[in-house]
Amino acid sequence: MSQTLAIVLASVLALPALAAAQPREVVLGVVYPMSGPAAQAGVDNKAVFELAAEIANGATDLPFPFYQRLKGMPGLKGAKVRLIFADHQGKPDVGQAEAERLITQEKVTALVGSWHSAVTATMSQAAERHGVPFLNPESSSPGLTRRGFKWFFRTSPHDEHFTQVMFDFFRDFEKKRGVKLKTLGLTYEDTLFGADSGKVMKDLAKKHGYEVVLDIQYRARATSLQSEVQRLKGANPDVWMPTSYQTDAILFTRTMKELDFNPKMIMTQDAGHISPDFIAAVGKDAEGTMSRAPFSTDLIEKRPVARALNVLYSKRAGKDLYDFPARAFTGMMTLLDAINRAGSTAPDAIQKALIATSIPGEQLIMTWDGVKFDETGQNTLVKGIILQLLGGKYHTVYPFDVATKDVLYPIPAWKDRK
Amino acid sequence: MEIVNFAHGEFLMLAMYVAFFAWALGHLDPLLALPLAVLALAALGWATYHGLIRWVLGGPMLAQIFATFGLAVFLRAGAQFLWGVDFRVVQDPWLGGRVALGPVFVGLPQLAASVAALVAFLGLWRFLARSETGVALQATAQDRQAAALMGVDTDRMYALGWALGAGCVGAAGALLAMYFYVFPDVGGTFALLAYVTVALGGFGNVPATLAAGVVVGLVEVFAGLLLAPAIKYAVVFLLYLAIVLWRPQGLFGRW
Repeated sequence: MSQTLAIVLASVLALPALAAAQPREVVLGVVYPMSGPAAQAGVDNKAVFELAAEIANGATDLPFPFYQRLKGMPGLKGAKVRLIFADHQGKPDVGQAEAERLITQEKVTALVGSWHSAVTATMSQAAERHGVPFLNPESSSPGLTRRGFKWFFRTSPHDEHFTQVMFDFFRDFEKKRGVKLKTLGLTYEDTLFGADSGKVMKDLAKKHGYEVVLDIQYRARATSLQSEVQRLKGANPDVWMPTSYQTDAILFTRTMKELDFNPKMIMTQDAGHISPDFIAAVGKDAEGTMSRAPFSTDLIEKRPVARALNVLYSKRAGKDLYDFPARAFTGMMTLLDAINRAGSTAPDAIQKALIATSIPGEQLIMTWDGVKFDETGQNTLVKGIILQLLGGKYHTVYPFDVATKDVLYPIPAWKDRK
Repeated sequence: MEIVNFAHGEFLMLAMYVAFFAWALGHLDPLLALPLAVLALAALGWATYHGLIRWVLGGPMLAQIFATFGLAVFLRAGAQFLWGVDFRVVQDPWLGGRVALGPVFVGLPQLAASVAALVAFLGLWRFLARSETGVALQATAQDRQAAALMGVDTDRMYALGWALGAGCVGAAGALLAMYFYVFPDVGGTFALLAYVTVALGGFGNVPATLAAGVVVGLVEVFAGLLLAPAIKYAVVFLLYLAIVLWRPQGLFGRW
């Protein structure tokens, strides 16, 4: 009796070991805002993540060597990639709870997420504690890769890279056009994203000799931005530099028009100002708005990989590939490539493979030099560009050698429009 | 009526969608869509009472809270399911731009919205204070059983109360759609401020709510202008807490 029990017990205990040796499935937790104010980012990204999984599973074809090598996950003998999507609603506490659930109950191999810097911060803490790889494709708060984490990897540039590009642009633009930009007005929202962006902008402004004449941290998702715009109007900076998510970006533009605030140059930190909703909602009134970005839709035509992916993506999502899904895709493919090379779903094998990542730039849809992580988990081969909203579309205007349009400066005053 | 509608923000969201779709599909300016939004929301309020509130009215307080809260979650998720997560904006409404009142610029849509809100307030106030139905409604709100004993059809009064409340939100939503973006989660932005305003004035007191609304608006703008914009809502809520500590029934509340 006790012998039978021992045999049964032994075989039961051995089962997970066998399963781990030959995984038939790679389960990844993907956590994004699927409801709430930033739901659009999550919903648009979901389509591109599903495409990434299909490419890995061999169901969809992207005819470029890097993606062909991943086809059917040969490193894991054809294990199928399965994604579990979860919604964090833009809330750090919900994100952390979802991360815990995915790790402990769904037993995911790795986590991917999660757009908002503040949510990425709490989710990756859970992943770090459990020793599960966390790939972050887009959160731009610089501090995320400075926490000494061992399981956190970020493929995207962060706000220091991005903001540096803005100041490089100011320098080159002043030289090219013979103008002098002296004063900056900063407005940034009050979550981690805005707070970090504001800090970086202030540091770089000081370093490059610009005067910050207005420095406002405002309450995100405000019902009114009248007082903020009144103060901007009073300070009248040469360049207005806002950091906002969608809701506030739309409201800022509408309020500016109502209150007749006429900045000559608007340099934004991506996010709200670059989302298709912002363009659809107030694009006409936002003519001339500039943004840093890691990707631009007008580059699709110039990059064969991006063009091929956009054909697949636009069919599924009903819109062209843009910054959010482009970065999401790049992050997910980086993780899938690492898992494939690891040939296992064991966390440390994947971690080792991620550290050894080396993806050449021409295989990416981004204009980066490639993907290669430093010891903090930050991709070192990133590059930012500057875009400007012209005629309802964002066009690349800097660096000048890849620009598709000339910079519109100054932005016409409200009274001179149409 | 001693029941708080936690789906008030979602009612506002629906009213904004009514105005948006009237504009997008029927090329109706939000000003023209206003009666439509009022009627649609009044019907929704009436239906909500008969379909939901009536059944929980006699139940414990918690059941009432959960019922309207559940309705809020349902409406928000339903809106996202039906209309997606995109932010929508009415382009070029009739009223745009700004007017100068002396040295101050005021957005024309906002000005129109406040005038319309004032008109709605006066109408509602007169109705409640002067008409027989209005008095019956107030009586029902004060004491349901006593009102019923006096021959008031309290069931109808409740339904009317819900229809009226939702109708007012319908007007607010249509006016707001002239200058604010619409998306499934937009209600939450306003609902909290609305509760604070009502509680500040005193539940059940319509003119007090108007006064409280002006106070909240002024505090918000001046805190943003003179202190720091990041804490403007903190100042509003702080003021609310201070007043509620001093007068738990609100500034002009009776009970």
